[in-house]
Amino acid sequence: MTPTRRRSRILVTGVLALFAAYFVVPVLWVFIAATKTTSDLFDSFGFALGGEFALGANVAEVFSVNGGIFWRWTLNSLLYSVGGALLATLLAAAAGFALAKYRFRGRELVFGLVLGGVLVPAAATALPLYLLFSQIGLANTYWAVLLPSLISPFGLYLCRIYADASVPDTVIEAARLEGAGEGRIFFSLALRMMSPALVTVFLFQMVGIWNNYFLPLVMLADEELYPITLGLVTWQSYQGRDIGMYTNVVTGSMLSVIPLILAIVILQRFWRGGLTAGAVKG
Amino acid sequence: MTAATRATAQAPGPRGTGSAPAPRPAPRGTRARAALVPWGFVAPFLGLFVLCFVLPVLYALYQSFLQVRRHGLFGEEGRESVFAGLGNYARALEQDAFVESIGRVLLFGIVQVPVMIGLALLLALLLESASAQWPGLFRATFFMPYGVPGVVASLLWGFLYTPGLSPLIDAAELVGLEPDLLGPDTVLWSIANIITWLFVGYNMLILIAQLKTIPAELYEAARIDGAGPWQTAWRVQIPLIRPALVLTTIFSIIGTLQLFAEPQIVRGFTANIDSSYTPNMAAFKSAFTDNDYNVAAAQSVIVALAAFVLSFGFLWLVNRKDRQR
Repeated sequence: MTPTRRRSRILVTGVLALFAAYFVVPVLWVFIAATKTTSDLFDSFGFALGGEFALGANVAEVFSVNGGIFWRWTLNSLLYSVGGALLATLLAAAAGFALAKYRFRGRELVFGLVLGGVLVPAAATALPLYLLFSQIGLANTYWAVLLPSLISPFGLYLCRIYADASVPDTVIEAARLEGAGEGRIFFSLALRMMSPALVTVFLFQMVGIWNNYFLPLVMLADEELYPITLGLVTWQSYQGRDIGMYTNVVTGSMLSVIPLILAIVILQRFWRGGLTAGAVKG
Repeated sequence: MTAATRATAQAPGPRGTGSAPAPRPAPRGTRARAALVPWGFVAPFLGLFVLCFVLPVLYALYQSFLQVRRHGLFGEEGRESVFAGLGNYARALEQDAFVESIGRVLLFGIVQVPVMIGLALLLALLLESASAQWPGLFRATFFMPYGVPGVVASLLWGFLYTPGLSPLIDAAELVGLEPDLLGPDTVLWSIANIITWLFVGYNMLILIAQLKTIPAELYEAARIDGAGPWQTAWRVQIPLIRPALVLTTIFSIIGTLQLFAEPQIVRGFTANIDSSYTPNMAAFKSAFTDNDYNVAAAQSVIVALAAFVLSFGFLWLVNRKDRQR
């Protein structure tokens, strides 16, 4: 390695490390802060451990506040995000497969309409959707958050492109000749061939639902139906009156970050799957 | 599945939309049924899409042109909805707080979007350069905040902006600085930092995905022509990933106009954010505090229209530059 190459390697890696520090700082802080007692949280330096290691007590406290409501919020978040993303992926796969593999009237119209939906942000539709749902009695139910989560325009787009590229017409024809029905072709052949795209759609939809705040905020009045995000904000609003709430918000935030960070580390691997890799580095 | 089909099944990703072969003519009677098959696949998605996207948009438009007339002092003698023309839009735009909130997010966007996309581009180019050590680890680290909900990110940064709690402010005080990160003039940029922290890595991944599609021959040709890394970035890489840059910019513009969760949470840490700080917060307040759904609907429509106008305006600007070349 020449001296110039070594210099540029050190420089580039140094810049990357600086940015890495920026992205890690808040997460690092919350993991340290979640181990502190309330008084240490305010009195000790943020990036140092407090006098007492109170992580176990803090976690136990979070899960016992208000009759263990945090458990309920966690399960709700899982239901909304994992359940919603699974169904959303299936719907997007079926529609994307049909748009790619069948010629029918209105095909381009459907596709164009849905792509227009990508440009309409969820927050813009949440208010009128609440009015609609309250008229048909769906507001303040699990369905109010689940139903809108089942639609992923981006997922449809990706599934269509991927079905085009990875499900050969010859295979479909062969299956038809052997007497397989269209439903069976989709469920046993196409779904398997489209799986890399489906994983991407699933993970992105799951993160999107987990992170969504506006929709559940508008739709839900009952604390029993809250996802974690909404629950933490409720606790934050008590902070002013009850200093002990600070540790609950900090510890709850820390707990809510763990599963998603794991998902993200997996997600960015799959992000490369299905995209043409292989640019040779200069 | 034979080995041959398996090989084609794993052919790599996106190409233009191919075409399905024309179906062989079927006997009469089954043809009508066959025409229904694709609709069977599309129906569940399309039905929910109409319910959750199309209807709300139409409903918001419809509501935005109505006004509720209450008879009696509190509406106890009945209420009726009457056509109000552009009355709700006029009332929405008469609210100074709402107009100010639009100005605020525009100012926010003009500064934050270029900074964020610029950073995403810088990180993407550095990670794709030959000089980067441990690119996989860094890429995962930069992308990680995307998995942190906006609400939680705002709580974390909110604590880091709070004097007495924040190690960052403690450290700044050691060198004699007293930053006020939640003050009336600074809090907007503190929110900008949260949004940047959340989305730089996500945009960076989109850019990297397109960088990876640049053929190796082009890099080779640039090298033979004597281009250094800077020239390669400026003359080869950036022009070739323009579509991804345009896409990320448009999504960022739309996202900026929709700002809600982050300022709403930071409000819990400071008195310098009012209930109509962003257009979406103003619409939320109209709906749930003032109970005026018609004005709220008009405000939602105005925000969505502004997003369209800005997105297409940006596209037009980009394409116009193309035509001048």
